[in-house]
Amino acid sequence: MEELKSLTTQIRRDILRMVHAVNSGHPGGSLGCTEYFTALYGKVMNYKLPFTMEGKNEDLFFLSNGHISPVFYSTLSRFGFFPVDELRTFRKLDSRLQGHPTTHEGLPGVRVASGSLGQGLSVAIGAALGKKLDGDQSLVYTLHGDGELQEGQIWEALMFAAHNKVDNLISTIDFNNRQIDGDVDKVLSLGNLHAKLEAFGWTVLEEKNGNDLETVISILERAKSETGKGKPVVIILHTEMGNGIDYMMGTHAWHGKAPNDEQLETGLKQLYLEAPADY
Amino acid sequence: MKYTYTEKKDTRSGFGAGLAELADKNPNVVALCADLIGSLKMEKFIEKAPERFIQVGIAEANMMGIAAGLTINGKIPFTGTFANFSTCRVYDQIRQSIAYSGKNVKICASHAGLTLGEDGATHQTLEDIGLMKMLPGMVVINPCDYNQTKAATIAIADYEGPVYLRFGRPTVPVFLPEDMPFEIGKGILLQEGTDVTIVATGHLVWESLVAADELEKEGISCEVINIHTIKPLDEEIILKSVEKTGKIVTAEEHNYLGGLGESVAGMLARKRPTRQEFVAVNDTFGESATPAELMKKYKIDSTAVKEAVKRILEK
Repeated sequence: MEELKSLTTQIRRDILRMVHAVNSGHPGGSLGCTEYFTALYGKVMNYKLPFTMEGKNEDLFFLSNGHISPVFYSTLSRFGFFPVDELRTFRKLDSRLQGHPTTHEGLPGVRVASGSLGQGLSVAIGAALGKKLDGDQSLVYTLHGDGELQEGQIWEALMFAAHNKVDNLISTIDFNNRQIDGDVDKVLSLGNLHAKLEAFGWTVLEEKNGNDLETVISILERAKSETGKGKPVVIILHTEMGNGIDYMMGTHAWHGKAPNDEQLETGLKQLYLEAPADY
Repeated sequence: MKYTYTEKKDTRSGFGAGLAELADKNPNVVALCADLIGSLKMEKFIEKAPERFIQVGIAEANMMGIAAGLTINGKIPFTGTFANFSTCRVYDQIRQSIAYSGKNVKICASHAGLTLGEDGATHQTLEDIGLMKMLPGMVVINPCDYNQTKAATIAIADYEGPVYLRFGRPTVPVFLPEDMPFEIGKGILLQEGTDVTIVATGHLVWESLVAADELEKEGISCEVINIHTIKPLDEEIILKSVEKTGKIVTAEEHNYLGGLGESVAGMLARKRPTRQEFVAVNDTFGESATPAELMKKYKIDSTAVKEAVKRILEK
């Protein structure tokens, strides 16, 4: 567990350095979801390497809110999908690490392009149905932003998954109440999200402590135990945008803004590791 | 006339028949529909392979995403709804989850163009060919009769990559032989001629043959080429023909902006500038009426093709 915690800090260092290097990208949501990613790839999900697009008899993950690509890319590289050194190429010409994730350049670990919000749940449902058609018992995981739920396609997909008993699916909502223009509650409130998701026919789990690694692992394990019961499963995971960097927390300002040189140094000091393995 | 017909059928029934054949032939084919099973003629597929049919409800965006996801472990999804809801309504879903992601989805679209008739302009998409052909990697096919639509439906299952297959609602002459092979991207020389080349797609192919036949009686010799695949365009067959005739008329049930005519003009401008007339809808919306009335009013029938041929000969 200590090793996984260090890796979480290492991934946060990667995120900061990646967005700093190109003065663009989305650190806030990436830092808020780091525990989710290390829990998923370090403990919860059964995946195989080397990566294959088909992913037969293994769990699949779809990132629907593609703008948090820094945490996705760092996680994939740290878990062996591609060389860590490739993180240097993030958002640069001729890179496989596009601003938003894509299959177009063949980056291992990515099965669909995302970035235009609201599409990932539908794609994941398709993959989950494909597994059912094949008698493949593995699971499909998705991650969504809370602001992303303002997209109508999400609700089409929520309705479909319940109606069709897509119970090999675990979706997680990164619930940080922040989006580009401010608090989600102020921009366009989701209302009682828990009640809405339940009313849409999903098994709903909620976790207030989404930046504690052990807690995130345990809620994901609980979600796994809820699969196969005729209902899709969703976790409302409360997180802190910008978690780990004091000046990024408590605001939406760092949704899509990179730190300058000084801010990078300050941030890396807060992400202390005895022996950092920076690329 | 070399081609004639004994019966009329709708091209969407050709799609339904092709899909039903695929139910038996290819276990990876999965069909999806957004509450239009009857309109898309999907009943036979459902009868044969109910476990491989997905009713999505009136939620086309979700349908496109689910189709993209199904391809991941090797399924070949065929989505079915009206052309407008297959393209205009879901353009970004197709762009990101299917085209950019390189997914092997077959987007099958009925009720294309004006000839769906009485439902009117809300349903009459005249922009879909343009929208789809602008997406990198998207194959765009608009077959002309029942037999060609059936053959195209079966052929696209064997092609790896996203395809847009466009067909229609009204019954139209079945004039191509049942056993004519369908090759994606390969035009068909239907009738040889020397004065003018007519390149037509979809419902306008039969109209062009009728026009050519009538012009023949007036001493005008037309070469008629069926371009069923708008993208990739069979440049060779068109270039070879205009080398001989030096004049070209394009004919389609679509806005002239973004359609077959525009693809042909662009290609000829680069390779062999040629005088061209467009038989197409002139950048306007449609309206409610019978298919024949609409084709006449919007000048996309055999009379319009004849007039276009004469215009180009006068130039």
